[in-house]
Amino acid sequence: MYGWTGKIARIDLTRRKIAVQTLSPDTCARYLGGRGMGGFFLQPAATLDWDHPDVPVCLFTGPLTATAAPTSGRCHMVSISPLTGLMADASLGGKIGVQLKRAGWDGIVITGKSDTPVGIDISDNDITLVTAKNLWGMTTDAVHQHLNPKKAGLACIGPAGENRVRFAAVITDRYHAAGRTGLGLCLGAKRLKYILVSGTGRTRVKDPEQLKKARQDICRLTAASPALMGRYGFSRMGTGAMYDLMDNRHMMPTDNFSATWFGPAKELNAAAYARAYSPKKHGCRGCHILCKKISTRTSAGTAMPEFETMSHFTALVGLQDIDLVTAANQRCNSLGMDTISAAVTLACFREITQKDFTPASLLALLDDIALDRGEGKSLKKGAAAYAGSMGQPDAAMAVKGLELPAYDPRGAYGMALGFAMSTRGGCHLRAYPISHEILRKPVATDRFSFSGKARIIKIAEDSNAVVDSLIACKFIFFAAGLEEYARVFSAVTGQDVTAQDLLAAGERIYYNERIINSCRGFDARHDDLPARFFTQPGTGTSQIRVPPIDRAAFLQAKAAYYAVRGLTRNGLPTRTKAEQLGVPWKSL
Amino acid sequence: MEILVKKYAQKLVDAGLAAPSGPGAPLVGGLDQTLVWNTTAPEIPMLEKIFQHLNINSLVFLRPRFPYDLIIRFLAGRALKSGGAILPRDCETRTFLHDLPVVDQWDIHAIVQALKQRKIVIIQGNARKNGFLAPAVIAPGTVSPEQGFVHISSVCFACFVAFFNNYLAGLKTGQHDPEMDLVFDQVLPFLQNGVPASPDLMHGPFSREIDVYTAMAQAGRKIVDYGLVDSYFGNLSCCWNNTLYISQTGASLDELTGCIDPVPLDGSSTAGITASSELTAHLETVARTGCRTILHGHPRFCVIASMDCDPAQKAACAFSDKCHTHCPVPRHIGSVPIVPGEVGTGPFGLCNTLPRACDTSNSVIVYGHGVFVTGKIDFTQAFSSLVAVETLCKNRFLEQVRHLRHA
Ligand code: SF4
Ligand SMILES: [Zn+2]
Repeated sequence: MYGWTGKIARIDLTRRKIAVQTLSPDTCARYLGGRGMGGFFLQPAATLDWDHPDVPVCLFTGPLTATAAPTSGRCHMVSISPLTGLMADASLGGKIGVQLKRAGWDGIVITGKSDTPVGIDISDNDITLVTAKNLWGMTTDAVHQHLNPKKAGLACIGPAGENRVRFAAVITDRYHAAGRTGLGLCLGAKRLKYILVSGTGRTRVKDPEQLKKARQDICRLTAASPALMGRYGFSRMGTGAMYDLMDNRHMMPTDNFSATWFGPAKELNAAAYARAYSPKKHGCRGCHILCKKISTRTSAGTAMPEFETMSHFTALVGLQDIDLVTAANQRCNSLGMDTISAAVTLACFREITQKDFTPASLLALLDDIALDRGEGKSLKKGAAAYAGSMGQPDAAMAVKGLELPAYDPRGAYGMALGFAMSTRGGCHLRAYPISHEILRKPVATDRFSFSGKARIIKIAEDSNAVVDSLIACKFIFFAAGLEEYARVFSAVTGQDVTAQDLLAAGERIYYNERIINSCRGFDARHDDLPARFFTQPGTGTSQIRVPPIDRAAFLQAKAAYYAVRGLTRNGLPTRTKAEQLGVPWKSL
Repeated sequence: MEILVKKYAQKLVDAGLAAPSGPGAPLVGGLDQTLVWNTTAPEIPMLEKIFQHLNINSLVFLRPRFPYDLIIRFLAGRALKSGGAILPRDCETRTFLHDLPVVDQWDIHAIVQALKQRKIVIIQGNARKNGFLAPAVIAPGTVSPEQGFVHISSVCFACFVAFFNNYLAGLKTGQHDPEMDLVFDQVLPFLQNGVPASPDLMHGPFSREIDVYTAMAQAGRKIVDYGLVDSYFGNLSCCWNNTLYISQTGASLDELTGCIDPVPLDGSSTAGITASSELTAHLETVARTGCRTILHGHPRFCVIASMDCDPAQKAACAFSDKCHTHCPVPRHIGSVPIVPGEVGTGPFGLCNTLPRACDTSNSVIVYGHGVFVTGKIDFTQAFSSLVAVETLCKNRFLEQVRHLRHA
């Protein structure tokens, strides 16, 4: 095969056994790689508890990984989420994806549980389990320093993943967090501290000339994209470039989503970080956008916070200090925790206890969460569990247990629907409507309307499922489309596919996730937003009104979504639709 | 959706691309849970099948109006004899649409197959075969019918530019043929409509921010009214109070209200992330020249003229396949310089070439793309420069053709 290596490693940590499994061309074509392939290998375990030894942690590259395809260096991890109970998945940046592929593996599927802390060391064909007793308890920075991976790719967990923080993250190559859904704990429960990979092979590409041409088409589009390569785009300013927009649009979640505008925001934007830290560019392997920013001045070498972190550690928690944001970001990465979930959980704590934070008290609480101390013992379960235990479930700003990112849904109704329908809970990336509702790409849509949004969201979910499976980075789709990536795919694999063929694979991948979640008891009751958004307005102006979301209109859009997605009125998948899409059927 | 399908049907009519009624009227469909159309028509059952085959939410169908029908029929006919696609030569269409596939029949499978790969398809073939009147263009969207509208406008623009370009090059090299002459002669009356005199625009200097917004919206509307852009590509800016007010990316120039970004010149805000892709070029030009206003349009004869290169020179040029990015020759039309440069900020982006050229001329043509004009106080001067350059290019083109045909 071209593109795929056709080979995965099954690593059983209980029996300390490693087996090689070949992938059929048919499976590759149907599930592509990354998230799609992870979902395929997860489905048989869909009814098990998240920490059952038979529940796999899957780490997959895609057919484009380690080729000249733009932004194809990422890989994807999939398991069951200890935070939400849904399928868990997150994209891993850095260089581990490229290394895994170059080592000759489309992916690894890790099952079982080790008695003692362990690391997986992959060097081309050789896979060894190495004791990690000496690393247990270490921060992710310390692990990185200790293992000194150089060219190799490293994914590891910090104390949070060891101490059963339900939103523990996996950190790759020091700077890149796979934050959402608690995958760090999935590794921690298996007592897997790290995965270190180096490879010397090459991905076989069917038509390098055609790939070069397809790459040029995409690069030309990214050069024309203000959001990516413009003066204020991600390449120059990082994802923090979104901060001023959210401020201007009055959709910045403030005080635990009780308001949508934060007075001091103008002083806390990406330009302020640029002045204070003179950041340099950094990025994932195989990417020319390089959206990551690393400080060259104050605390040189520190990663600058991403947009979500900038927003949530200021407006959401009521602080206005960019050094605190940078420190909190650094602390979360080092301890191995998701910044979004951590901040939303703290904002929930602040609302319930009515106690404001100081920078010091906030940092101390982050430590307590990761190290399982004091208040941290209850906060480490996430906002929903914490608020529930305090008898105030409505104070948790989460969907299906996943804390909401920094876009207030009252300011973008596609986002509202996307949050509610997402197969991983309160996530902006499944449908990523920010593209058309805020960044005007491919064209602008009315952000205060549900009109047409059901199908838009469904198509975008399918498209992003493809993106997470090929793999490419979502950001590049502010400029390019599956049309261009289908050409890349064809050049790499030699399979003549179109954007529509890829979308069909995306629909299959997405439906499989709905099937997995339905096996875990999720249905229409869970596809909803916190009540606050339907009853309280945001902070509007005379020009921009931010009313509460009309519940009836939301429910209508939700029903339309179910119809378009091929789900029952109760939000459940059907055997007929599954057969039509060619997805193995499974039910409770 | 009902509102959107009607809106974009009307826009196609207003842009002179579609007839208001009859078989040349545009059909626009939008699908959420149910499919709605702007009107009824015999083609609709077939178009509905496209929705069943593709993961889309909207679709525009158009039989382009004169002269685009003649031009597209000619180019599509030739494309069917070669690789099956029209290869646009202007930069923007090339960047966003790549190429324009043509199918030779009104057949669902052929249409779907083409649309699986590209954003548009042109239906050509024997006129009235199966009772179908060719040519027609179909463009779907996954977000809004606006996508189909933009792409179809781009097709019309790209084909217009491509035909006249080929024609001129053909006349120069002796490779034109009677069929081309015939199309040209039929289209000629359309070209002879004069450009109206420049409109009366708001006068500066502006003392209030609100005046800046109003003046920009007015100038934007006039650029569209005067046909100086295709669909809505193009952009404009006004520098006021240490802030550059600039149209947003993808903003329809005739609907700028609410679509203008204020970008502080000191870089203290990133709100310009939604600004036009040419923000950098605008900022640099303002910094270098001290101009107050910039208009950027895609007047077609400027685009055509910018690509008109002497055949002998072209044959000897090492960059003849990269003219739009690498053209090394300092070229002019009258006193207006032509510079190479792609959309945006890439290594060959026009932000590297345009601002410097603006030092010496208040009108600059970008190869295969469009024109940038600057104004000292308001949009009045800039607008008349834009009209003047286009008039110059068009007259020059017609004169060249006349001359070459006589010869
Ligand atoms: S855009 Fe950023 S996140 Fe995406 S691949 Fe490039 S560096 Fe990584
Ligand atoms: Zn332009």
